[in-house]
Parts: sequence; C-alpha cells; structure tokens
Amino acid sequence: MSTLALSPTRLPQRFLPVMATFVVFVITFGVGSFRYEGFASGQVVANLFVDNSFLIVLAVGMTFVILTGGIDLSVGAVAALSTMIAAAALDAGWPPLLAVLAVLATGTGLGLLMGLVIHHFDVQPFIVTLAGMFLARGLCFLISVESVSIDDPSFRDLATGTIALPGGVTLTYSVLIALAVVLAAVYVLHLTRFGRTVYAIGGSESSARLMGLATTRAKVGVYMVSGFCSALGGLLFSLYMLSGYGLHGVGMELDVIAAVVIGGTLLAGGSGYVAGSVAGVLVLGTVQTLISFEGTLSSWWTKIVIGVLLLAFIALQRLVVRRRP
Amino acid sequence: MMRSRLLWPLVALAALLVLNVAVTPSFLELRIQDGHLFGSTVDILRNGAPTVLIAVGMTLVVATRGIDLSVGAVAAIAGSIACTYIAGGGSAVTAVLLALSVCVLLGLWNGFLVSVLGIQPIIATLVLMTAGRGGAMLLTEGQIITVKSSLYREIGAGFLILPIAILISLAVLVAVALLTRRTALGMLIEAVGVNPMASRLAGVHSRTIIWTVYVFAALCAGVAGLMISSNVSAADANNAGLWIEMDAILAVVIGGTSLAGGRYSLAGTLLGALVIQTLTTTVYTIGVPANVTLVFKALVVIAVCLLQSPRTAQLLQKRRKSPRSTSRSPEVAAG
Repeated sequence: MSTLALSPTRLPQRFLPVMATFVVFVITFGVGSFRYEGFASGQVVANLFVDNSFLIVLAVGMTFVILTGGIDLSVGAVAALSTMIAAAALDAGWPPLLAVLAVLATGTGLGLLMGLVIHHFDVQPFIVTLAGMFLARGLCFLISVESVSIDDPSFRDLATGTIALPGGVTLTYSVLIALAVVLAAVYVLHLTRFGRTVYAIGGSESSARLMGLATTRAKVGVYMVSGFCSALGGLLFSLYMLSGYGLHGVGMELDVIAAVVIGGTLLAGGSGYVAGSVAGVLVLGTVQTLISFEGTLSSWWTKIVIGVLLLAFIALQRLVVRRRP
Repeated sequence: MMRSRLLWPLVALAALLVLNVAVTPSFLELRIQDGHLFGSTVDILRNGAPTVLIAVGMTLVVATRGIDLSVGAVAAIAGSIACTYIAGGGSAVTAVLLALSVCVLLGLWNGFLVSVLGIQPIIATLVLMTAGRGGAMLLTEGQIITVKSSLYREIGAGFLILPIAILISLAVLVAVALLTRRTALGMLIEAVGVNPMASRLAGVHSRTIIWTVYVFAALCAGVAGLMISSNVSAADANNAGLWIEMDAILAVVIGGTSLAGGRYSLAGTLLGALVIQTLTTTVYTIGVPANVTLVFKALVVIAVCLLQSPRTAQLLQKRRKSPRSTSRSPEVAAG
C-alpha cells in the first residue's frame, strides 16, 4: 500500500497484480466472515499477522532476490538453522542478545557466501541456494538431532508478551518486528540506490551494468538481505515455537515463493512490490484459517488451494504482462 | 568439452569408492546367493534406481531450458494410486497401468502450462509440487497404505540376478540415449533449449517437443514412485519421493548438463546420480548421523559446480596452454 504512495509516476497497470492480490484477500476473508460467525473479528485479522509474522519477514527477503531474477531455496533451512542456533546458544548460557547477533550474523554470512558463488562463479542461483539449503539443514543436525527447547526467560517474555490494541485485539512483538522489516524494505527498495539497482538488474542485468550501476554489490547484496531475513524470520519462528529443531519449516521456502508469486512479483525479475508479498502471505494465512474454521476439511486441502491460487495468479500475470519474454 | 565435464564427477565417484574401501575393505565384494547378486555396490544401484530414472527424465526437461519440480509429488501420487487400488482388491497390473496413465495426465498438465501458456517452468511445476502431495495425502487419507502383492513387490524389490529396479532404470536410460542420440531428436531438444523461438522458425515443433519431455519426465517419476512404494510394499504419501526432485536436479547438474539448457549428457546424469547415491551410502557406512548427509551433499555439489563453472575452466586453461581438440561434433552454443 505504501508503495502506491511512494511511486506515483509509474503506470497504474503495474499495480494490477498487487491490487488483484488484495482483492483476493478481501474476497477470501469475506467468504469466511459470511460463512462463520466470529470470523470477521479484529482478532482473526490480528492472528493472521501473529501466526505468519515469520513468513512475512521471509517473503520480504525473497522479494529482493526474486526482483533481481534470482531465487533463494535456502530460506526455510536457514530459518530452521536460526532456531537451532538460538536454542543451542541459549541452552549453553549465552546472553540472549549475543545469541540473536550470532543468529543474524550466521544467516547474513550464509547469504553472502551464496551470493559470492552465484555472482563470481556464474553458477545458477537455483543450484547454489539448493546446496545452501542442504548445508543449513545438515548443520542443524550437526548441532543436535533432537529438538532443543528454549527456556530463557527474556525469550519467553518476548514470545508471550502481548500488546493490547483498542477493541480487545492483541498483537505480539513479532508482528511489530515483521512490520518494521516491511517498512525498512519498502524504504530500501524505493528510496535508495541499492533498491533502484535491484529493480534494474531484474529488468536487464547487462543494461544495468552498462549504465554503471553497482550490479555486483546489489546482486550479492540481495542474497545477504535474504539471508538476514531468513535468520530474523527463524528467530521469530523460534519465538513462535519456543524450540529449535532441524525439521522446523520443512517446505517453508515453497510457501514463501508462493506468497511472493501470489503477491504479483514476476519471477523473471524487475517487477513487484513488498506490499504484494505481504498480501500474498495474508492470502495464504486466510486460506489456512478458513480451512481450520471449516473443521471437517483435511489440512491437505491447504496445499491444494495454494496450488490453485498460484496457478490463478500466474495466469493473471500472463494476461497483464504480455510484453515480457 | 563434454568429456572434460565428466572428469570431475568421475573423480568424485572414484574418491568416494576409495574412501569406502578404506573404511570397509569388503565394500567392492560381490557374491551370488539364490541367484541374486549381493553387495554394497548392488545396494547403491538398487537404492539409486529411482533417482537415476527421474534424473533421466529431468535431463531432457533441463535440456529444453526447463525444470520439473513436481517429480517428487508425481512419484508420491503414483505410489498412492497403485497401493490404494491394490488395497481395494484390484490387480497389480491394472494398478500400475492406472498409476502411470494418471502420471501421463499430470505430465500433459505440466507441459500444457509450460509450452502452451508459456509459464516459467519453475513456477508451472511448483503448482503441481505443492498441490500434488496434498492430493496424494487426500487419496491415502493421510494413512500409510500397505499392500500384499508379490507381483507388485517385484518392481522395487525383485531380482533378475541384478535388482529389477536398476534394470528398468538402465533400460530407460539406454533407450533414451539411443532414441535421442541416434536420431535427430536429441539435437532438436537441444535446439529448443538454445532458443525456442529460433528453432520454431527453423521448423522445429518446439511446442510438441517441450510438451513431450514433460510427459516423459512425469512418466519416469511415476515409474520411480512405483519402485519406491513397491520396495516397501506401502504408499507413504508424505515421505515417498520427498526431495527426490532436488536429488535428480543435482544429479543432472553434476553430470554437466547446464540448467541454462541447450546441451545434455545422459552419461553424466547417470554418473551424477551414482555420485549422490554413493555419497549417501558412504555417510551411512562411516557412521555419521543420517541427517548430516546433507552437509556432505552440499559440499560435494558446491565443489563439483565450482570445478565445472566456466570461470574456473578459464582459470585452469590459462595455466596449461595446450589446446585440446574436442572430439564431439554437435557442440551447440554453450551457455
């Protein structure tokens, strides 16, 4: 939404996919409130954010990568590694702040490594981040094969602490962190050189380089951003689960990619908005809530509905942006 | 060029085998018992059969500059359909045919999205990857369905001196190699991968070719799914073929087939799949926890990819200034 205000000069057609996502969100939510009593309450909306705050953060990072035309398959695994490092470090008696810093540094470092390999050795992002995914998951099990619970009081306070909003709606601190990440991402993408270069690389990498933009920095940078977001998302996830485990977030990367695509970002790069990705996460969250409200439906329907939504949005993208190869 | 691309995977495989022999001296031993061949290497082949088969299908898809993420889900669906049908009192043959025809339909669907609607392959197949496993879970109602059919069991666990599974995979590999390399088909597939538009203008039915490779990949995935489920006489919709698409893609890439499309090597794919399977087995034999295999897998993949990267090749070429004659003729514009 904020992107609308920030770049008023762009063609309104560019916003069509994002707006379509919001419309779908409103429709799915409308269906829910129509069918079930108590669905259209502020708390259900708030819970969409509470339950998906980590997904929002991951989707923000993924948006950066996809905007350059790359892809990051490692996000789920890096998030799992973050929960594991956080849990293990706290278990070993590290101060919480140090543990958090260690987690963020690991995630960003992994992102940096992957970015360097992708850029300097010309290996496809798909393969490099796939290897990163294996590496991160493997490292989890190297730390511990079992699930490690988090007992640190400050972590627990942060996890269980709630913020009361008017109308009896409560939020968690994770939501605030996630929203701060979204705002920061919007700022970086639309008001900094780095952000402009990211869009330019997605449009055409060689043109961007010929224009003298710092493509290397941006190309490696997006994987660092994604690594950082994965680590932060992992921390939020560890607040949500209060444990570290190597099998946390299996397949999460697919949910994240689905959210970004549903949010109207083109996988070819160069076009898309963070706000769209947030909307994409909200759509996925609503679908999940709907299915749990229904009660009789098997939770596997979530997967199927996500698949169908993905398809619908890709078809829409094809209609809207015919001019792209 | 292709020959030298096969060098590093070959070195990796040899190193793994040497490591295994060093740890377990009896590693390469083979013995015949009840007319079956037994030994660690045979186990590697048997466990690697589904990956080899899926990787063969994947190779052709990748050669057209595509990718198929849905193969794992398709494998799970094939196993689920076959087991559900047999558990309901059907015959094994009908079950297999039924499962494979559904796989062909799924392949047609993927091919339709990619070739007719022109959707990016990663996303087009992501749809089925996400929805497919959900569908398989619905089919089995979240249960692990066990079956008792000796005929069905043969596919994955049977022996004709060698395990039947690996014989199927190798037969498919050889058939594909003959079909694509002895006819113009292979060159047409590579042409589509280099430039679909140009090849269409040159009179190649690129749409039909793309469609065919996705159907073939789905069919391979289906057979692999039957192998996996028949090996344990059960369909586990949740775990069957989980991450096998990643293994298959890795096998293809390690084998020197570029994800940018336009050239492929079936021998390389076989080698790549063997490297991955041997690596997994090696880690088990050394006694590292099974889940840590992933770390080794990541390291090998990165090492092989870096060694194969054009940049590294350039650096190496500067060192030794002996221009080698490339013996292979149809070297199409490398990406």
